Amino acid sequence: MTTTEGNGALLSLRGVKKHFGPVQALSDVTLDIPAGQVTALAGDNGAGKSVTIKTIAGLWSPDGGEILWDGKPVHLSGPRAAEALGIKTIYQDLALCDNLDIVQNMFLGHEHLAHRLLDEDSMETKARETLKELRVTTVRSIRQPVASLSGGQRQSVAVAKAVMANAKLVIMDEPTAALGVSQTRMVLELIKRLAAGGVAVMLVSHNLNDVFEVADRIAVMYLGRLVVQGPVSEFTPQTAVEYMTTGTAKHAVQAA
Amino acid sequence: MTTEQTEATPDEGPAPALSETELAAMAPEVLANSLSEYLLALWRRVKGGESGMLPIILGLVAIVVFFQIERSSFLTNGNLVNLFEEAAIYVVLGAAETFVLLLSEIDLSIGYGAGVGAFVIAEMIAPPINFPWWLGILIGVAVVGFLGLIQGTLVTRLGLPSFIVTLGGQLAFLGVMELIANADPTAVGGSIQISPSSPVYKLVLDNMSPALGWIVLAVCLVLFAGLRLNRSRSRRARGLHAEPLGVTLLTIAMVTVAGVLFVYVCNNNRSPLAVVRGVPWVIPFVLVIILAYSWLLSRTRTGRYIYAVGNNPEAARRAGIKVDRIIIFAFVMAGVTAALAGLIYESTQSSMATDIDGGQLVLFAVAAAVIGGTALFGGRGRMVNALLGGLIIAVVYDGLALMGVAVAVENIATAIVLIAAVALDAVVRRRSSTR
Repeated sequence: MTTTEGNGALLSLRGVKKHFGPVQALSDVTLDIPAGQVTALAGDNGAGKSVTIKTIAGLWSPDGGEILWDGKPVHLSGPRAAEALGIKTIYQDLALCDNLDIVQNMFLGHEHLAHRLLDEDSMETKARETLKELRVTTVRSIRQPVASLSGGQRQSVAVAKAVMANAKLVIMDEPTAALGVSQTRMVLELIKRLAAGGVAVMLVSHNLNDVFEVADRIAVMYLGRLVVQGPVSEFTPQTAVEYMTTGTAKHAVQAA
Repeated sequence: MTTEQTEATPDEGPAPALSETELAAMAPEVLANSLSEYLLALWRRVKGGESGMLPIILGLVAIVVFFQIERSSFLTNGNLVNLFEEAAIYVVLGAAETFVLLLSEIDLSIGYGAGVGAFVIAEMIAPPINFPWWLGILIGVAVVGFLGLIQGTLVTRLGLPSFIVTLGGQLAFLGVMELIANADPTAVGGSIQISPSSPVYKLVLDNMSPALGWIVLAVCLVLFAGLRLNRSRSRRARGLHAEPLGVTLLTIAMVTVAGVLFVYVCNNNRSPLAVVRGVPWVIPFVLVIILAYSWLLSRTRTGRYIYAVGNNPEAARRAGIKVDRIIIFAFVMAGVTAALAGLIYESTQSSMATDIDGGQLVLFAVAAAVIGGTALFGGRGRMVNALLGGLIIAVVYDGLALMGVAVAVENIATAIVLIAAVALDAVVRRRSSTR
């Protein structure tokens, strides 16, 4: 069950290692993230989830192992290099500017220009299309400042921003951590639609309810190692918790 | 037909499955399709602390009404024009400070920056150098812009607090100004005269002819109306939400009335002794600065980045914005604008002397911006706020002077207005954040 079904994956980590001084943060992490699916990365605090996503986002370069993008080895020299490939990470703080409106946030750093001036109409049209594709329908006006949005809506804007930047892999760090029930549902629906649109989604989450609701695949980390990965049908909440807390499971469900 | 309208009625929308839960997350803002709906939405925004302008305009009107009741000479055209001329320097200094305040930085040096700029301009156009007036202004602007560049570089590259860097700048620029005055043997007692034939002199002390005032107004109004209508039409044509036509027409009508009243007041004779009429040149000068800066902030990428960096520098950095460059740019613009304020100062005085009180001018600069509604903690504020704030300061000083109040009391009164404006803002803000 820990074997990788490799070849079709958009992003693959092969034996990736990372240490900080004497602390081995990642040891031999092998992980596949296929396009069009939601891969949940689960694990307890300190299991190495953050280090893994920061390595994929290009913030930290691995000490060993390989990162394959579309089957080819790549070197992620920095966040820019990762973004150039189409890897977009949405951290918990979402990196939105509260004083700017939805359109302005979605295009921040990539503004459309006409005669060297901001082309608001073109940006607004494009932003509207993207939000419509993602069926983000709750915002009354895409010209309202992000400060006036709910947590779920802010998350939606961050996702739409990634989609509009033509992200092929969207990494979401605890997207539902600060949200209520209805907002969580809204974000999970959005994640499903994102994957249905062909994007690879990597969801980092503590919340097993969310994971089982939205994920196609689950990967569990324990003390810097990736202990198991596979389709969600191969897990039950009990085995997932066992993997997360002990790194192994005695009563693993047989592969379907 | 706009997409918002379909979105507003989720039953017809593309994703009814989600609507009930998502409706709970609906933002309170209302989109208007008619004038009355728009006014209602505007009122809600004001109550919610979203629209900064209306309370300030109402405050200005209240202060004007108070002074008019106290002194019937307040709203005479002579006093009004005088007041606009006084406001000019506060407005321009406020605009200078707005650039840095938007980044939640502060520039305490712009008072003496104005001093340095004014001195350089005065020296350049006076004998023995005798440069043409425009070259003198250009050099003055460049010098103070360069001083801003130094300050901005210290703030960003060394990570020093702008409060300290520009406090040092305030003192250093005073010294620079005195050095220039000492080096020039013609600057008797640290004072240098501006020739009455120079446009620098005429900026504040001379007026447009009444006919020219009307022509300029007419051209501006036609341009304004044309741009607004065209923008509204093109947005409709692209299927984007545009403000209701009634709102556009009402705005144009209000601007027209204000413009006509303004030029009318300026074009009446305002002197009991000789005939003095026409719009002082400094007024279009200030308006052009405010318009150009507003355009810079709202229509260019750099302007957009100033707001982004001011609100969330980390998000801006991750979006690929060169945060340091934006901060340095703001300090350069503060310097450039301070030099223009210096130009107005020396034109008002018809000479330039080292006794300019740069310390007080910088307080007026911050006060003008903040009274007008610009936040001290970055990301919120517009150039028009400095215009309104500067006008309020001028009204308070002018009105109190008419009432024969001592200067000491004038200062206290302005301080009260400043604190009241910030307090009002804080109260509205608290209410909107606990909503």
